[in-house]
Amino acid sequence: MDVILFLAFAIIAVVCAVNVVVQTHPISSAISLVGVMGSLAVLYLLLGAEFLAAAQVIVYAGAIMVLFVFVIMLLNAGAEVKKGQSNMALFLGGPLLAGLVVLLVWFVQHFFGADVTVRFGSFQGGGPRDVGTALFTRYLLPFEITSILILIAIVGAIVLARKEID
Amino acid sequence: MGAVPIFWYLSLSAVLFTLGVAGFVFRRNIITVFMSIELMLNAVNLSFITFSYRWKQVDGHLLAFFVMVVAAAEAAVGLAIILTVYKNRQTLNIDEIDTLKN
Repeated sequence: MDVILFLAFAIIAVVCAVNVVVQTHPISSAISLVGVMGSLAVLYLLLGAEFLAAAQVIVYAGAIMVLFVFVIMLLNAGAEVKKGQSNMALFLGGPLLAGLVVLLVWFVQHFFGADVTVRFGSFQGGGPRDVGTALFTRYLLPFEITSILILIAIVGAIVLARKEID
Repeated sequence: MGAVPIFWYLSLSAVLFTLGVAGFVFRRNIITVFMSIELMLNAVNLSFITFSYRWKQVDGHLLAFFVMVVAAAEAAVGLAIILTVYKNRQTLNIDEIDTLKN
């Protein structure tokens, strides 16, 4: 059952991610990215991260992607136009990226053999209670710094996007 | 059968990260480039949570949580910058935004 769920949602994630890259229209890319995030939320659940699965759906698929779709609609962004672009980048970059993914997969396989497995339910420490306890004890300082960061981001976004008033 | 080897999760993370890099390098639309960055952040989050499972510690979850928060802040500021660039240049093509080159 674990294997079926993992394979199903991993395949959805990879197909949607490929779609993000190959689609020429930004809105299609955005919808595919929502698909990637939704299937990743299911994989988080399989890994026992209940809180983060919920946060992934609410924050990423909900808030951030809505922001993206807003901006795409606001700018009326059309399909990408290719002009004067050589295929050199594709010929050089494609094999390099394939090499990167092979290297990374070889690396993780070298360090984690097939005997280290994930079984649903064997890690219980990912609920809101555990995350909250760690967040407000050991990670209190990063948490507070994060709040200042968000404040700076809000002010920065308002300053950048407002109309000039004379 | 019934249990998934942990390197499957890490390999999925590697594949998603590489697709994000591909989108970042090959695409010319500034919004799609930005979405590729989000894809890379998501891939890294999957790695964090897998490592958290491996060592039965909640720390990886918190790192993923902070990545999420920073991604939200980054999206807000980045999209505001995209709006400003579009207002000044009327283009979203990153090849035409090359003031620093000249």
